[in-house]
Amino acid sequence: MFLPRPLVALPGPALHARGDAAHHSSENQYVTPVASDYVDDQILVASLRRGDEAAFAWLLDRYGASLQRLARSYVATAAAAEEAVQETWVAVITGIDRFEQRASLKTWLYRILINVARSKGVREHRSVPFASLADELDQDEPAVDPTRFVGAGDARAGSWAAPPVPWDEEPERRLLAAETLAVVEAAIATLPPHQARVLRLRDLEGWASPEVCNALDLSETNQRVLLHRARAKVRQALESHFEGSTP
Amino acid sequence: MIVSSVFRRSSRDYRCQQFVEAVTDYLEGAMRGRDRSRFEAHLRHCDGCEHYLAQLRRTIELTGHLGVDDVNALGPEARRQLVGAFRDFHAPRA
Ligand SMILES: [Zn+2]
Repeated sequence: MFLPRPLVALPGPALHARGDAAHHSSENQYVTPVASDYVDDQILVASLRRGDEAAFAWLLDRYGASLQRLARSYVATAAAAEEAVQETWVAVITGIDRFEQRASLKTWLYRILINVARSKGVREHRSVPFASLADELDQDEPAVDPTRFVGAGDARAGSWAAPPVPWDEEPERRLLAAETLAVVEAAIATLPPHQARVLRLRDLEGWASPEVCNALDLSETNQRVLLHRARAKVRQALESHFEGSTP
Repeated sequence: MIVSSVFRRSSRDYRCQQFVEAVTDYLEGAMRGRDRSRFEAHLRHCDGCEHYLAQLRRTIELTGHLGVDDVNALGPEARRQLVGAFRDFHAPRA
């Protein structure tokens, strides 16, 4: 029998069979399984090695969508992303015995996907200029439009000229409306690829910073710069959305 | 806004434009000592930056909501095939 106790406590498909009340309370919605991964890994890996189909199916459902989205940031088409995900699963099936458990299973899984998707992307982009990490970091991208601040020459230079207004006056219902989430999704879709990957793993998947640095081969500092720029752009998109439309 | 003379100097040196570039270091716990004190001192005296920080926290929270309902990207056919491949791999070999 699969589903050892710690796994059942994780969000994701395995949880739908459980009490819906906990799942739908707003405090619990963005609880991520990060902290529990090491505890569960031993059991999950052992089950996979034994050939436990339910364990493998759980893994497919838990990470399928997220792998697909991440793959999409390396390749040009949804079909190529799907291929990368399929190849990743095949690599998991055939490679689980060789997985040394120095990293978590999740990190291992994502690293496989990233390697597969990246090499696909490199082949695809042969003739297209590929946005390198250095290019992305070299851009001068202020978190907030400089015209929002008092300009040089004034004693108040660098202070807000057009300060942000609180969003707390937005009713909760509107903050979490599908329309608002669509604004976030659209903003992420327009981010440069490195920023998009960091933001997805950190804020959408809820990974800790060392895990992201490890999976994406980034220094702590570069990861922070990418995260900073990405979050600033999503905030900007939300601000425009809240200001541009009447509740 | 009444600002004590002690803060007048540091808040003059530390402007909103610097504050918004430092929020991620702050939220990531990568800010120490003097930088952190200046950041927090500015935060206590600047409504605009307080709102900015709150908006950014909201942004992070809203981004976290995106993943919740989005499971099962894999079509049922691909899923069936992969589970089949897993089964075949573990089947005792003839
Ligand atoms: Zn300020």
